[in-house]
Amino acid sequence: MAKAEKDQEMEKEKIKLEGMDPEKLKEEMLSKYPTKVARKRAKGIVVNRVEGENVPQIQSNVRTVPGLIGQRGCCYAGCKGVVLGPTRDIVNITHGPIGCGFYSWLTRRNQTDASTTPDGHNFMPYCFSTDMQDEEIIFGGEKKLKQAIQEAYDIFHPKAIAVFATCPVGLIGDDIHSVCREMKKKLGINVFGFSCEGYKGVSQSAGHHIANNEIFKHVIGTNDEVDEGEYKVNLLGEYNIGGDAFEIERLFDKCGLHLVSTFSGNSSYDKFAKAHTADLNMIMCHRSINYVAEMMETKYGIPWIKVNFIGAEATAKSLRKIARYFDDPKLMERVEAVIAEEMPVVEQARDEIRPRTEGKRAMMFVGGSRAHHYQELFNELGMTTLSAGYEFAHRDDYEGRKVLPEIKVDADSRNIEELKVEPDEKRFRPRKTPEQLAKLTAENLLADYEGMMPQMKDGSMVIDDITQYEADWLIETFQPDIFCAGIKEKYAVQKHGIPMKQLHSYDYGGPYAGFTGAINFYKEIDRMVHSRIWRYIKAPWQTNPELAATYAWD
Amino acid sequence: MKQTTQPAAYTATQNACKLCTPLGASLVFKGIENAVPLLHGSQGCSTYIRRYLISHFKEPADIACSNFAEETAIFGGGANLKIALENIRLQYAPEMVGIATTCLSETIGDDVPMFIREYREMCRDQEIPPLVHVSTPSYQGTHMEGFHGAVKATVETLATGEKAEVPGINLFPGMLSPADLRHLKEILADFDSPFMLLPDYSQTLDGALWTEYQRIPPGGTPVAEIRQAGGARASIEFGRVLASQKESAGRFLEKRFGVVNHGVGIPIGITETDRFFEALETITGRPTPDKYLEERGRLADSYVDGHKYVIEARAGVYGEEDLVVGLVAFLSEIGVIPALCATGGNSRRFRDRIAEIIPDHERKGVTIMDNADFVEIEAAAEKIRPDFFIGHSKGYTLARRLDIPLIRVGFPVHDRIGGARILHIGYRGAQSLFDRIANTLIEKRQDTSSWGYTYM
Ligand code: SF4
Ligand code: SF4
Repeated sequence: MAKAEKDQEMEKEKIKLEGMDPEKLKEEMLSKYPTKVARKRAKGIVVNRVEGENVPQIQSNVRTVPGLIGQRGCCYAGCKGVVLGPTRDIVNITHGPIGCGFYSWLTRRNQTDASTTPDGHNFMPYCFSTDMQDEEIIFGGEKKLKQAIQEAYDIFHPKAIAVFATCPVGLIGDDIHSVCREMKKKLGINVFGFSCEGYKGVSQSAGHHIANNEIFKHVIGTNDEVDEGEYKVNLLGEYNIGGDAFEIERLFDKCGLHLVSTFSGNSSYDKFAKAHTADLNMIMCHRSINYVAEMMETKYGIPWIKVNFIGAEATAKSLRKIARYFDDPKLMERVEAVIAEEMPVVEQARDEIRPRTEGKRAMMFVGGSRAHHYQELFNELGMTTLSAGYEFAHRDDYEGRKVLPEIKVDADSRNIEELKVEPDEKRFRPRKTPEQLAKLTAENLLADYEGMMPQMKDGSMVIDDITQYEADWLIETFQPDIFCAGIKEKYAVQKHGIPMKQLHSYDYGGPYAGFTGAINFYKEIDRMVHSRIWRYIKAPWQTNPELAATYAWD
Repeated sequence: MKQTTQPAAYTATQNACKLCTPLGASLVFKGIENAVPLLHGSQGCSTYIRRYLISHFKEPADIACSNFAEETAIFGGGANLKIALENIRLQYAPEMVGIATTCLSETIGDDVPMFIREYREMCRDQEIPPLVHVSTPSYQGTHMEGFHGAVKATVETLATGEKAEVPGINLFPGMLSPADLRHLKEILADFDSPFMLLPDYSQTLDGALWTEYQRIPPGGTPVAEIRQAGGARASIEFGRVLASQKESAGRFLEKRFGVVNHGVGIPIGITETDRFFEALETITGRPTPDKYLEERGRLADSYVDGHKYVIEARAGVYGEEDLVVGLVAFLSEIGVIPALCATGGNSRRFRDRIAEIIPDHERKGVTIMDNADFVEIEAAAEKIRPDFFIGHSKGYTLARRLDIPLIRVGFPVHDRIGGARILHIGYRGAQSLFDRIANTLIEKRQDTSSWGYTYM
């Protein structure tokens, strides 16, 4: 073959991103970094190319380089803010100086419905902190913590009190767990602690794990009362941002599924306590909660499946998956009936909007699952995801759970406890026969998550732990039609005149889950990519040089 | 849910009425031209603080971090700080890096000045921008201590004895809104005097859209001007509580370089604004421009017209110490009784400053609370039942529970747009506050009247 021809062949082989070579783009983006930094970042930025089982490897869950401005929070934020934050009737006390508690005070827009628990307890609007002062840093803060627990008990008489450690606590050597044990004995209610000091791990992710561990140790399985109802399920990793859980609950009711507990949107303590009585665990956000699902499987025999209620198609698919798990014609029929009833309205809305959104381009950088889930909704609108990535995910969330055995735990994550779990003598109960399990496994139904990358187009850029600079660069280079991230990026994105949708807190919008949520989202995106606001960004003489000339001449 | 009545004085803090120290310092560094704030500690603090600043200002707020790991917490943060400084220098080419510590690096006792020396030594052949360090453990003080500490540290590090050709005025406004800062610049320009306003985040945290990518948003106090602070004609520093404290940027410049320092209250309302203009007249030897006299006239006129709607109304005021003192001065002059004056600050000077303004506070039944949180404020407010609250967004839950209107001022305002555009100071700021207060009271009366009158 002549060289020219060969080059042409190679050229065809090459993956393009909007007519550009993504590898070259990556190089260009990295060229602004100091060499050492560029080398490190290069491993976390991957051009997607999926061939069969082969998914490119992406570096994730490693420490952010000091001095780069990223978007991650700390271990405490993941533990207290994300996982335990949405539970209304546990009093959460932050043990530490005032800032950590203050900043995690109702900032995630989780909703809850306290009218469904008899005592009506809702402590979410409160922010309890031991507000450590100099004295405690020097002499220790255990005394003050005890007092804080006592005070919280005296005022609110909650069912449970949880204590969260912040950075200084670990260093001054306060033993929050022994304080909790002591107070538990004294008060006769459940009091438990989380050693989620902010410096542990590399992101919120460490905090999720710690939260999972302690909830599993101290709460799940403490109430054996079995709810009435068929098809008992738990929903894990759904945090009821913008009312998502309410929509999902509506669908479950309609399908006849009985929701024992949710971790932790619209949740309550008692429901956590009897979560082990359910027959199926469903995981929404794989990253933040897969530990609980795995531990519950070992200890109580509850299998888990991955579900996703973001996107109408995905919702239908997930409902069918649940029905398949229970393998009951009655349920299957009911699920089909619900889908048949709900879908037409969704389709109508979508067909009306899609011609306006078709071909538009999105980018999204959020969380440990949303950057994946929301691609479903954009697909339904005919939009392409040019680039996406997570803030605190691990390789399995990108490449799928099959890479789990390959993942090496580095020094930063080594100290996060892995609980040793054994089957519970009294409470372990297989939910399925070995044959049934084998069949479901063969269908790839159980304990499987294929990750984000296999579902993304070849050539798209997958970026882990994106920095502010990289986000700006992407926007400059691609001028996407919409950029999705969190509040920290929001105003920088808008400064470029690009519409920005917050996928952490939904900018006062939502719900976006389920069928109703999908319609809300379509409409919202339609409005956003067509808002007239963006036309005023430049004055007329800036966009139109002739006009400028006239003005000058005037 | 019903709130049980509170016995006095709690050990723990619920629903705090203060933020943490490095937030104040970061805000100051955001107000210096081409400066990058760097928090020395773990990334959670910088992320939380950014998030908070952003939700108020609705602007990007980049703050770097030295990203402690678990072993950093054990072995010290020197190496991390140096890597962070190096990456910031190469990536942003800043004119200054402002380093504030967090509780973590303070608890382990990191010697930041030594790390800075070592870093300079390490980069002997390179140009290193000025590195300003301020120690900001949150277990000492609030965001205001962090704010003033950072202003002082900046001046201490940068000011030489160097004089500008035409020496100007140093103005240390404290934690005001971008709208306030813009107004101050207008006033100083109208007095025809050069000035150095520190910090000045009026543009960096309230700027226009970008036509091209900005590594560091434009605006802020130029480093070169801060260098000349020691050669200024005089300094003006806002805040009566600050003025009664031993240390401040203005004090430092006075002691070190003999720059006369004028401590005045935050100019909210006619009386305090008059003092500010008097200070400007004294320093510049020029009369107050007519424009402001007109504004003052209009304001006084509106007081006369509107006083019957506000007189004897009772207010619940909360927030930072100096802001509350300033608001109380203003409320007193329009005839509102600041029945509840509360702050999360704990400088031990708050009570006396309030007492100065309302000498008969006891007779008037004014409750003064420092080191207070919102549970204590709510308990007091339940008894006092003010006609309105004036303070930041964190008081919304209690205002809602007690069904009392809230007029949003100060920081943080994250449940409304325009927090950065709230004008508090000068005659103009007082005008807008006065109108908002009067209208809130009128609206409440209108809404609750059985008659529903449509005409005043
Ligand atoms: S550790 Fe200190 S500096 Fe960090 S958020 Fe908490 S209070 Fe603020
Ligand atoms: S001090 Fe630690 S726990 Fe608190 S916000 Fe900072 S990193 Fe998180």
